[in-house]
Amino acid sequence: MTDKTAITLTVNGSDHHIACAPRKTLADALREDCGLTGTHLGCEHGVCGACTITVNDAPVRSCLMFAVQAEGGDIRTVEGLAKGDDLSPLQQFFIDEHALQCGYCTPGFLMLIEGTLRQTPDISEDELDEILSSNLCRCTGYRNILRAARRALDHARTTTPEPAA
Amino acid sequence: MKPAPFAYYRPATLEDAAARLADGADEGAMILAGGQSLVPMMALRVAYPSELIDLNTVPGLDTPRVEGNTLVIPALVRHATFHTPDPAFGPTGDLMASVVRHIAHHPIRQRGTFCGSLAHADPSSEWALTATTLGAELELLSVRGTRRIPIADWIDGAMSTTREPDEILTAAHLPLIPPGSLSGFYEVSRRAGDFALGMALVVLGMDGDRIGEASIGLGGIEEIPRRIPEAEAALQGQPATPESFATAAQAAMDAVDPMSDATTPASYRRDLAGTVIRRALAQAATRLPAPV
Repeated sequence: MTDKTAITLTVNGSDHHIACAPRKTLADALREDCGLTGTHLGCEHGVCGACTITVNDAPVRSCLMFAVQAEGGDIRTVEGLAKGDDLSPLQQFFIDEHALQCGYCTPGFLMLIEGTLRQTPDISEDELDEILSSNLCRCTGYRNILRAARRALDHARTTTPEPAA
Repeated sequence: MKPAPFAYYRPATLEDAAARLADGADEGAMILAGGQSLVPMMALRVAYPSELIDLNTVPGLDTPRVEGNTLVIPALVRHATFHTPDPAFGPTGDLMASVVRHIAHHPIRQRGTFCGSLAHADPSSEWALTATTLGAELELLSVRGTRRIPIADWIDGAMSTTREPDEILTAAHLPLIPPGSLSGFYEVSRRAGDFALGMALVVLGMDGDRIGEASIGLGGIEEIPRRIPEAEAALQGQPATPESFATAAQAAMDAVDPMSDATTPASYRRDLAGTVIRRALAQAATRLPAPV
């Protein structure tokens, strides 16, 4: 069927009962049907990484998955990082290191780093640097993002990750 | 851009998927695995399947395994699986761990699959080069039965294979690199994660301090990745030295028929063929035991 079907997406621990056509990408479903517009869309064909989220802790491009494929998965978006008014350590590192300017790419970078450190908290600095090449930023020149990511890596190495809410 | 409308089907088994594909192939039904090439092509309206048959719901396809001297890679094994390969894969796992870092970017490698890369058959596919150089066999399923086909009979052009419309590529069978062999990989692309402009994968069987059997695979240079027999012959019986590597690289440069485009003319790719072969061989030689 090409028509809308009812699906349930579990985003940041909450169930969203939505109806969408198979052709709707996960990125569009998050923004339009779940009302979670923190996930940004740049190129819509997997190049820029602005729409990066995590599914079962893996950082993935949400424009390259269909919403119907994400049923049953543990979907995490930028909205899930802060606890109320308290920013996550990674978000605070981004502010402290001035790792954003216009902010368009920021949710993608945050979720890229969040997923990477959840998957591999013992990753090497070189590997983390290489992973930052996955996403495009046209303001900061990456240096500040790299500094924030390195601080998040230090933090991940010295703390036990809390289970996501 | 948004993908054109399509129907979506979740098969329970590969046989179920094959039956569905047999019904829908004429109208344009396609198999969806990782979707990291197909979905962008749909977003760009280069591909507009009538139906996607999503293998992601079929259990048991996501883990590679060793069977005898072969690494069996089923249809849903993601690229990222090879970041930290099972030690049972031996030197083949080590080689694949160095190759996989060149495939697109980290998030793409979480979803994209080995078999999907072979089915897509982009000239710059690292896995197509790996499968070609190691001499993989591919396993295909349709309602008409299963068949096995050597990789050399699979890719028949840029992004083109001999797959019949009702067939599913269910697994690749990769011969393991024999113990004692040396291997190396080298790729040139414009920026991190970009498509390869040229790459070489080499496996050298050593006969004492001389090269015995050599496999020299070249990708991204011609439309189809292939082994270069002229370069392999140039190495047979030679010591593993910069001189013999240069001779093999020159033999490859003389033998290839490179692609050209607006930014990379054929002459550039011909030079690149020699460069990537020399560097892949040099990398293989670093694994030589130190002289006693």
